[in-house]
Amino acid sequence: MVCTLILALALPLQLSVDAGLFPDVLNPYYLHLLTIIGMNIILVASLNLLNGYLGEFALGHAGFMAVGAYTAALLATKALPSAAALPPVLGTCIILVVTLGGAMLMAAGIGYLIGLVTFKTVGDYLAIITLGFNMIIVNAIQNLDFVGGPRGFTGIPKNTNFLAVAVCALLTLGLLRNLIQSSFGRVWVSIRENAIAAELMGVSIAKAKNWAFTIAAAFAGLAGGLWAQNQQFITPRSFDYIKTTEILVMLYLGGMASLSGSILGVVAYTLLMELLRNLLSAFAPQLAEWRMLISPLILIVIMLTRQTGLLGNREWRWLRPRQGA
Amino acid sequence: MKLCTLALLPLLVLAGCKPAAKELKIGVSAPTTGSISATGQSAKNAIALVQDEINAGGGVQVGDKQVKVRFILEDDEDKPESTATVFQKLINQDKVLAIIGSYTSKCSNAGAPIAEASGIPVVSPWSTNPNVTKGRKFIFRACFIDPFQGRVVAQFATSKLKAKTGAVLYDVASDYNKGIAEVFRDEFTKMGGKIVGFETYNTKDTDFSAQLTKIKGANPEVLFLPNYFNEVPLQIQQARKLGLTAVMLGGDGWDNPELVKLGGKVMDGNYFSNHYSPDIDNPIAKGFIAKYKARFGLVPDAAAALTYDSANLILKAVATAGKADSKAIRDALAATVGFQGVTGNITYGGGGDPVKGAVVIKVEDGKFVFDSAVNP
Repeated sequence: MVCTLILALALPLQLSVDAGLFPDVLNPYYLHLLTIIGMNIILVASLNLLNGYLGEFALGHAGFMAVGAYTAALLATKALPSAAALPPVLGTCIILVVTLGGAMLMAAGIGYLIGLVTFKTVGDYLAIITLGFNMIIVNAIQNLDFVGGPRGFTGIPKNTNFLAVAVCALLTLGLLRNLIQSSFGRVWVSIRENAIAAELMGVSIAKAKNWAFTIAAAFAGLAGGLWAQNQQFITPRSFDYIKTTEILVMLYLGGMASLSGSILGVVAYTLLMELLRNLLSAFAPQLAEWRMLISPLILIVIMLTRQTGLLGNREWRWLRPRQGA
Repeated sequence: MKLCTLALLPLLVLAGCKPAAKELKIGVSAPTTGSISATGQSAKNAIALVQDEINAGGGVQVGDKQVKVRFILEDDEDKPESTATVFQKLINQDKVLAIIGSYTSKCSNAGAPIAEASGIPVVSPWSTNPNVTKGRKFIFRACFIDPFQGRVVAQFATSKLKAKTGAVLYDVASDYNKGIAEVFRDEFTKMGGKIVGFETYNTKDTDFSAQLTKIKGANPEVLFLPNYFNEVPLQIQQARKLGLTAVMLGGDGWDNPELVKLGGKVMDGNYFSNHYSPDIDNPIAKGFIAKYKARFGLVPDAAAALTYDSANLILKAVATAGKADSKAIRDALAATVGFQGVTGNITYGGGGDPVKGAVVIKVEDGKFVFDSAVNP
């Protein structure tokens, strides 16, 4: 229901901004913010799979995002014809499916490998190993000259728009919701609650964890692929542990083990930063540099007053499975 | 909770809906926070100076009337994704005519496609990476590009310092450092020198002893450090501690008062190439430096001087165009010939890269002293 509503709103929104209707209320700046929110929702919701439902502390999400971003960028610039050479709407759709599919596959592959390596570790050790992999991925890309190395990858065509991001974000949420309610998801939650008991019940912990890593990585790759084709320029440094930290902040702000929380965390964080920018520049330009101090302060206050995050372990109704279904 | 979320959206819209004033708006995207916030502060100071100067005289002449100018400065945090957001905001919400920025090349690369698609002219004061303007009609810069700077330093090392051997230590994770380092290596070799060490590190490393020990073994006459001012003092201190006697050379990334504050005595006797020198004999520069010093109590660095020039380039283009129209301003900018700025004369020969010279500066007793000028 809500999904249909969002999609029904997204299409006219995209079209009217493209056509330049109502430039004061609906301008590309707001659409840009919504696009960023959509991509961040994919990132945070997929990290929630690992940190919220599986109960591990993974710190390498930006690395998977980088793999997806670079794969999509390479496919879009080197392997595929430009959208101009194909029929207008269909061509872009085909390009998006191929680049994003490639990005997801590549990131899933890397995620699977990392899952294999880390299956023995838990807790802090897993955190350090995933952080290490994040650094390895970023440093490896920095040394690959054919993708621009540290100079970044320029000249990526703009194949993504808000509509594409909205569709991807909703698909991600829908898939994750069903997955979490399936036997897969229940196995993950059982591992989080008590790994020994789960193993006694016949759960293969290594296998279940590996699945979680692969799926989470695939969605991070999807977000990366969208990101690259939206920003048209990527540098390896944009995907370092600082980006991972940003994803974590949004995740914890929203709350663990809750897809609704992931959405709300992203929306609150992104809008808070931009709202402060706008309010400060409109009413108190001399305070503009304090923005980076005020916003973390607000975050601290929120975390102190709501220690499980905005929506920890709770779910909006449209993200819960139907009763009796 | 849901209501809260919904309530946030209209607030954002409201914040943008202010009554339109009769003034000319120019956007500035500068890193006033983050790791190179000192550069952002220089930009902010220079912009404040230009704004007061132009408005004291009644504003800029547009056609037959004078219009006041307002610069809208936004913080891009030295991050590409924030720069993209800042460009979107400046263009679509503030409806600026032109943009000054961004500063580092990685940020300009993220902002440029947005401005290009919207047809808003951009003058980047400080982005020296060749890719920023390549293939784009609306993107200009006020500074020279990396290859030129690498050549200037190589030429200085071989002809003025008579160096036969050189080594390089650079940050491999930053496009700026890598770009200059590679050009220096190629040009230095071409001019008859020999590169005996080509070492790398990653941003935020603080221990360079392994690389420097290796360089010490090769004993070069000059060591080129095309890195930023916050890291160079540490590198030179560690090099001297290891007994390295080479003359240290650098690029415009050195140009910040912090360099000698952090490095102290150890910085003396070293050289770097730069966009301008406060000592250069140029009446426009002298006037700018005096005003800047009087107001902020600091000698302006190159970022401040280039920001000042970028702002004036745009204002002059507005006056030449005779109308407040982005496309006309772009055409006037592209046709700029012999613009006299603080950092020298600027002429655009077709593309967005200016034809202009560089200077070499020596650090002496904690001061930046003009050494020589190099023209293309």
